[in-house]
Parts: sequence; C-alpha cells; structure tokens
Amino acid sequence: MYEIVAKRQLNATVTLLEVNAPLIAKKALPGQFIIFRIDEKGERVPLTIADTDPEKGTVTIIFQLVGASTKMLGAMEVGQSIQDFVGPLGVASHLEGIRRACVVGGGVGCAIAYPQAKALHGMGARVDMIAGFRSKDIVILEEEMRAVSDHLFITTDDGSYGEQGFVTNKLESLLDAGNRYDIVIAIGPVVMMKFICGVTHPRGIKTVVSLNPIMIDGTGMCGCCRVTVDGKMRFACVDGPDFDGHLVDFDELISRNSNYKEEEQAHQCRLPGMGGEVHA
Amino acid sequence: MPNMSPRKVPIPEQPPQVRNKNFSEVSLGYTKEMAMEEAERCLQCKHRPCVAGCPVNVQIPDFIGQVARGDLEGAYQTIKSTNALPAICGRVCPQESQCEQLCIRNRKGAPVGIGRLERFVADYHLQHEGEKSPPPPSGGHKVAVVGSGPAGLSCAGDLAAMGYQVTLFEAFHTAGGVLVYGIPEFRLPKAIVAREIAALSEAGVEVKTNSVIGKSSLVDELFEMGYEAIFIGSGAGLPTFMGIEGESLLGVYSANEYLTRINLMRAYDEGFDTPLRRHKRVAVVGGGNVAMDAARSAKRLGADKVYIVYRRSMTELPARQEEVHHAQEEGVEFLLLNNPVRIIGDENKAVTAMECVRMDLGEPDASGRRRPVEIEGSNFRLEVDSVIMAIGTSPNPLLHRTTPGLEVNKRGCLVVDDGMATTREGVFAGGDAVTGAATVILAMGAGKTAAASIDAYIKEKKR
Repeated sequence: MYEIVAKRQLNATVTLLEVNAPLIAKKALPGQFIIFRIDEKGERVPLTIADTDPEKGTVTIIFQLVGASTKMLGAMEVGQSIQDFVGPLGVASHLEGIRRACVVGGGVGCAIAYPQAKALHGMGARVDMIAGFRSKDIVILEEEMRAVSDHLFITTDDGSYGEQGFVTNKLESLLDAGNRYDIVIAIGPVVMMKFICGVTHPRGIKTVVSLNPIMIDGTGMCGCCRVTVDGKMRFACVDGPDFDGHLVDFDELISRNSNYKEEEQAHQCRLPGMGGEVHA
Repeated sequence: MPNMSPRKVPIPEQPPQVRNKNFSEVSLGYTKEMAMEEAERCLQCKHRPCVAGCPVNVQIPDFIGQVARGDLEGAYQTIKSTNALPAICGRVCPQESQCEQLCIRNRKGAPVGIGRLERFVADYHLQHEGEKSPPPPSGGHKVAVVGSGPAGLSCAGDLAAMGYQVTLFEAFHTAGGVLVYGIPEFRLPKAIVAREIAALSEAGVEVKTNSVIGKSSLVDELFEMGYEAIFIGSGAGLPTFMGIEGESLLGVYSANEYLTRINLMRAYDEGFDTPLRRHKRVAVVGGGNVAMDAARSAKRLGADKVYIVYRRSMTELPARQEEVHHAQEEGVEFLLLNNPVRIIGDENKAVTAMECVRMDLGEPDASGRRRPVEIEGSNFRLEVDSVIMAIGTSPNPLLHRTTPGLEVNKRGCLVVDDGMATTREGVFAGGDAVTGAATVILAMGAGKTAAASIDAYIKEKKR
C-alpha cells in the first residue's frame, strides 16, 4: 500500500498528491510515469510523474479529474493509501546537451512540462516556458514554473490572465521575434501537441512530445499503447512516452484515446456522488 | 486386471451452450471412482514411454498405480516430487503431444487420461490438505526470481525447498504471470493459481508485486542488495502484429490486451472498473492456445459470431486438441487456410470488416510445416467489428536493455546454455524469455533446471 502524505487542490478539477513510494522516488527521472490502481477492483491508470523528493521518499502526481479512477483518486485524503503504485516506467527524457529550450505546457500538461523545465534549468540550460490555459481560474503551478524558467509566458484562451491566445500563437511570436531554441518540448492535449508540431516542423525545430495513450500493464506486454511514429508501430510504455513530434501520427492517437468514451460515461454514472444517479 | 476399454473414462463438463455464457471452469473433473477406473487403464508397462514425454519427468506410472490403489496422497507426493504445480499442469499441459502421445494405449484406442488424473490428484490433495510441513531451514543464501509465471514459480519453489531465501519479483499487482493474465478462468481458475502462490509463501518465498525489474530495480542493484544469483523468467513480452493496414483501428486488440482486460482486470465482471467493448462479430487471428482462449472469451462476452482465422489447416493448428474441441462445441467457427490482408474501418475509425485471402499449402518450410501460399484473386470480406491478433509475442526488452552483459539473439530471446545460465555471471533465465512463446510446462522445466544450476553455482562459489 502507498500512503498519501500530502494533497493540494490546484484548481477545481486538478489535484496534486504526494505519495509515499521511496523506491520510485529514488529512481524516477523526468519523463517517466507510474501506474496506479486504487483498490482490488480498480483499473490500472498511467500518470506521468510531476516531481519527486528522494529524501522524503515521495512521488508527486498531478492529475485532472476526468475519468472514474482519477475522480476516485481525487476523492482520497491524506493518510489513506493507494493499493498499487508501480514505476518508474517508460524511458526518461533525453535532456543532455540542450542549451536553449522552449517548454510548452497545455492545461494539466503543465504538471508534466514543469519537471522537464526544472531538470533543464538545473542543468544550466536557458528555458523559456509557455503555459496555456482556458481561463484564469484554472491556472496551475505558476510560481513553480516561474522558478525554473528564464521567461514564463502564460496564455489564456479567453484573455482572463496573461496573454490572450493559444500557446501556438505565443510560440510563433517568440520564433518570429528571433528567439532560437535547440528543442521545443510540448506536453498537453494531443491536439495542442499536434499544432505545436505544425509550427515547429516547417521551421525545422526539433520537437519532443510526451504521449498519453491508454495503457494496461505499462511494461511492454499488452500493446494497447501502440502509436505510429515515422510509419512504424511503437509502444509508448517501453519506447516512449517521449517521441519526436514531427513523426507522430496524432490523428490516430486522438482516435485511439476515444476508444472507451461510452464505457467511461456509463461507468461514471454509476459512481456515487459523482454527478450521476445509480441507474437500475 | 487392467481396464481394457479403448476410451478414456468421460470427464464431466459444463454443457457447451451453458458454459459459453459463463466464465466458470469448463471441466468439472473426475470423482474418485472415475479416477480409479481410469487409472486401471494404465498397463504399468516396463519401459514407461510416457515419462520421457514429460518435460519435468513426472513418474507417471507410479502415481497412476497409487491412484488405482486408492492411495491419493501418495500419488500427490509422487507428482509433487518433480512437478511444482500439478493442479495447473493437469489443466494446461498439451498432454496429447507429450506424455499421452507416447502412452502404449494410444496405439489402439485412447491413451490413459494422464492429464485428467494429475488434475484429480492435485485437486483431491488441495481439498483434503492436512498439516503443512514447516519451511526448510534457510541456508541464508539469497536468490532473486524475476517474474512469477510458470518458470519463476517452479524455480522459486525448487530453490525454497533447497533452503534458499527466495524473493519473487512480479511487475503486475498480482503474482502468477500468464497463469493469471493470460489463461482464462474457465480453463484455469485463478483460485488455484492463488493457492499455489500461497503455498510458495508458506514455504518461505517472499513475493514482491509491483516490482518491474529493469525499471524499479536493475539486475545490478539486486546483486548489490545481496542476491547471489538471479533467475529471469520475465516471459514473452511485446505482442506481434501483422503489419497490415488497419491495425490501429478501434476494435483491434492484441490477444494479450484482450485477455489481460478479461482475466487479470476482470473486465467481464460488472464490479470491476476496467472497461471492455462487447463486440458482436469477432475474428481472432492465429491458431494457438492463446487464440482459442481469446475466441472462447469473446463468445462468453456475448459475441454472435466468433471466427478463428488461421492461415494453415487443422493439421498444423498448434493449439491443444481439447481447446480446439471445446471451442468448436461452444460455437467458435474455424476459417482455416485464410489470411488477413487488411482491416477496414468506418469514418469513426472503428472496425467494420477484415479482408482475407484464401491460402493453399505448398512445400514444407523451415518449421517442417507446409508453407501456406495465397490463392490469387480469392480475396473476400469478413464482416466483423473486432479483430484480435493472437500471432505471438517477442520477449520483453526491459531487462536486456538495462542489464550489461546480458546477450539476446536475433529474435530478442535471452541466450542461455544447457543449464539455463545467461551470458552474465550469476544470472540464469528460462521460459518464454528464452524460447519465445511456448508452453507452461516447458517454462516450468526450464525453471527447474535453472534452480539446480543456481544451487550448483552458489555451492561452487562458496568453496
């Protein structure tokens, strides 16, 4: 069992948990993920690691309450324990040798973009960060991101905070203004990553994306997380989750991630106190 | 006087049209009387050909003689002395190509039902278990076993019996490997696997789940923690796909994914959270036991039509006879000498059909089986809403990618010598990680051989 030692509500639908998992805390590197299972009947759900404290032995996860399992996880309190918590899984991000990076996070994706920026900043790289949100009330991790970047640009779709517009607009304007980056790291909704690649590809700027396909085992066994990269089938759990964004078939990933939409909705209707009545 | 009936004593089973709607075990097993009657069919012949057919060398005529005399606990001890998991082997071994194939009764009539008798003896023991003997005193030498499938379980069991302090590492949240994620409940009840694991724990084996060796801890770190030898039984890993158009459509699964959702995550059970689509027309590509398991599971989940699509003929079909027979009884249709060409989807990227081509058998290929060749222009459309690929796996890459000195062959399988020693000192391996996808009993045989080698290795080091 893995005890929750701290909890913070970052906005109405995004929760941060620190989980006691000393072995994972000691090992995890930016870009890697864990799989959790709440209880004996739970699903196995992957979440990218947001932060670790090897001395305290804790792993931080930040997640949006989107599905049944994340809602149940979000409803847990400090002192309660998660049945299973396994990792670190996946290949760590390759950050060596990068001198100038632009790290782009979209929504809850900022939680995963943040450790990348932090690691790069720690390695002495110059880091510009663009963090995009729908509106002011869902901005998360602003101070944390500011602390690990040379410039932090926040955009909101409705202009209620930072600059009005999408992260793609900001990236374009930075590039047009003459900023040069060795790499763009984009983490967020699949559509956002796709459009970021649409900006960087014609300009020939290397772009790494972190993919979030549906997984079960997370160790290279089930093949559920297959993605097409450069025309070849790759498994996000053992070959990723980071891939060269210019080679990823994003449309296929969007379609595959929609696979259990109906089941997910039906399932949530059955959850007590989660916005639905129990259907007979 | 032996029982000279040319047929095996029939084994009670759930009727096909009942069982193809539930996940309970198909075979109900012999009663004591049935078992003793079947045991009388063994001629106790001098040259004992059946024993040579058993990868773990079970002394078959001895245990069958004990059953015939009604000494069931004696029979259990005879089996158990060379086979760590009798209740499992009695259910999943391909007896028809091993012990039973070589049975002298097989020349005229049916062979002795060795598998059924093994299963009966193991079940009888579990139901009548008395006092357990305490674990043997530990010699203090630590061995790590990576993977808790058949290879790991048999290796851990043997090492524990020799007095080693064994830790069994499992990546999943439940121990058992393919016995829990792959083989369905209706063929191997999970309670039986759980009991075997519990027996190992009682024998002093420490079971650590959620431990992905190669990620959570590296092989080198296990040595640093004081393990003197390491056995790798990490199993077959990445599923193979055909490389045809449409394999990323919604409704296409690897058999591993489909079966894991059902068996390990219990997606068929309303009380569990893992989702699973209930498809109506399912094509399973492949002809092995895994394909049969997937097809029969699909039927149980309410599919109207379930097809096995296999590119060779029934003669070459590698699944156990019993599984093929059961699948046919349950209404699975066999489309033999057919090969998928592409999978077709609708505007929502969901499967609507699979295009296949008919095949003919040509000259034998490297495997000795006749090579299937396409019949030009024979393409046709099979209307399905799901395709399950059960055409094999390649070994998991996590361990060799993270362990210096561990060599693999072209197919990604770990290279071992006759004693199951890998190219890295102190590291042994066996099962599908070495052979590629094979059977439970071969993996158990490898685990057993490795346990003996590990014992010899540690004793040698001490001197």
